[in-house]
Amino acid sequence: MGSIDFSRLGFVVAAFLALALYPLVGGSFGIDLVTKIMIYAIFALSLELLVGGTGLVCFGHAAFFGIGAYAAVMLSNRVDVPALWWALPVCMVAAGLYALVVGSLSLRTKGVYFIMVTLAFAQMAYYVVHDTPLGGGTDGIYLASPTTWGPLEFSKPLSIYGLTLVLLVLVFGFLAVLLRSRFGRALAGIRVNEQRMRAAGFATYPYKLAAFTLSGTIAGLAGYLFGIKDGFVNPEMLSWHLSGAVLIMIILGGLGHLRGALVGAFAFALLQEFFKSEAIFGAFAKHWHLGLGLSIIACVALLPRGLVGLPEQVQRRLLGPRGPAPDAEAQLAGKPGEKNGAKDGND
Amino acid sequence: MDFATFLIQCLNSLQYGLLLFLVASGLTLIFGIMGVINLAHGSFYMIGAYMAYALAAPIAATFGGGFFAVLAVGLVLSVAFGYVLEWAFYSFLYDREHLQQVLMTYGLILVFEELRSIIVGDDVYGVKPPEMLTGTIALGDVMTYPVYRLFISFVCLLLALGMYGVFTKTRLGMMIRAGATNREMVQSLGVDIKFLYRVVFAAGVAIAVLAGMVAAPVSSVYPGMGNSVLIICFVVVVIGGIGSIRGALLASLLIGFVDTFGKVLLPSAAGVLVYVLMALILLWKPDGLFKAG
Repeated sequence: MGSIDFSRLGFVVAAFLALALYPLVGGSFGIDLVTKIMIYAIFALSLELLVGGTGLVCFGHAAFFGIGAYAAVMLSNRVDVPALWWALPVCMVAAGLYALVVGSLSLRTKGVYFIMVTLAFAQMAYYVVHDTPLGGGTDGIYLASPTTWGPLEFSKPLSIYGLTLVLLVLVFGFLAVLLRSRFGRALAGIRVNEQRMRAAGFATYPYKLAAFTLSGTIAGLAGYLFGIKDGFVNPEMLSWHLSGAVLIMIILGGLGHLRGALVGAFAFALLQEFFKSEAIFGAFAKHWHLGLGLSIIACVALLPRGLVGLPEQVQRRLLGPRGPAPDAEAQLAGKPGEKNGAKDGND
Repeated sequence: MDFATFLIQCLNSLQYGLLLFLVASGLTLIFGIMGVINLAHGSFYMIGAYMAYALAAPIAATFGGGFFAVLAVGLVLSVAFGYVLEWAFYSFLYDREHLQQVLMTYGLILVFEELRSIIVGDDVYGVKPPEMLTGTIALGDVMTYPVYRLFISFVCLLLALGMYGVFTKTRLGMMIRAGATNREMVQSLGVDIKFLYRVVFAAGVAIAVLAGMVAAPVSSVYPGMGNSVLIICFVVVVIGGIGSIRGALLASLLIGFVDTFGKVLLPSAAGVLVYVLMALILLWKPDGLFKAG
């Protein structure tokens, strides 16, 4: 298990290299789009730690994203020129604290009930910014001044692109190391069979709470980037639509793999752009949901293990049933979330 | 708040709660019995409301009938629709993990919304209640209450009783309950479980469509109406306990009252009250009020 799979490592390194070189060829629209997708990728990675890593399906992740974004914008309105080195941690801690509170309460429930309690707490945060003057109500608020770090000023699209890419690589590397550490192994154990982990002497609750808080903190990081990129926040950033969309991204990409979150975020956003494109679909482009929905249905029907399972599926089709067995990691990732309860009883 | 206002708010709460129950009962059945998280359930409600609007003119032209003819035709169509939908999109999902089902049904929501936009358009429409139910009845000296809202509550109550009867008194209900408890065992006793599932699914769809059709004259018909109902129905299902019809009834009435009175008494916090209620109930009872066995 500890060995490194070089084809996968190669894929990830190639992807990050391509992203680093993209500004050389991409126009301003492309750079803005890819920045947005990379931010969603960070957001999706944070959720993957919970869903794919720990088997906890959170349906309120947009709350932490939104709190990060609101914190970024509200800081800029109160402090003259917020510096990145302290503004970013402050925003992450704000999101992390809310995640700690939400996690400590909602982890008392399981399965679908957990999904709904996390939704409930996210809706509470949504209505707080939506209905109170604290966050500017439905109109949202604007960023007052750009973030700086020494001589760098994060106001140009290219500088934000660079910052986002660096943070994406850092988050990816951090989670990759974390999931291979003792802590990550314990989380995987909880995902597969929590009862057995408890019997083996692990207090599972602190592990789950730590994972939830960490995940919320990283979601706050993604939200912070979104706040300084657009220079504007509104309550929709905390809405359940966004929580749902990010969940769709990681399922589409393939659960149980960090690169699944990456692939899923890109696939989801690019599919959206593709079906929205008037150059291809003409007047029909305003019905882009139809194409997106049909592609998602096709993915579920044809790709049971998500987009990252595709190469393996093709390989097995070509080599016949005697091809390489599916990797153990993907099998373990088989049933995250709700079915744990049923499995507990059988063991 | 004087007594007549209080009474009107009570009737409104009751009507809203019972309507929620209709949609949520199908959701909790499909969830509890077939184990499918059906995000597209709100779309069925939306489809029902749009059918009430779109079918009215052609049916009036061919049969000369009014609202009740539309209800009947819509009901037949929705059963057929549910039956085919289960066969095409849901039947291969049962042994997949829940999150795959979430993804699939999310895709279906997008498809249904967009098809609706292509066929009927994105405008807001009103639907006329039937002629004989347009009146109002007097409550106290100045207040009145529309008859049609009472009719909604009445229809919902009738359906709730009917469902209770089918579940507890008939052979079909017995098989459905047995299938929810142990699918393999029922199958080995010679019951065609696939057919049973298809029937349950079609019934769930039909009830949600009916709820949409009945609600259309009160709520009007607008894009996105399915999504707002979906989330609140999941709240109902979870508060009531997954798979429990009794729980769904209690939970939807609870939410009907909390939401309606919240809007009157605490308008600034109305949106959040329902979620606070859910969080409190789940922290108190992590499996909902009535967990189905």
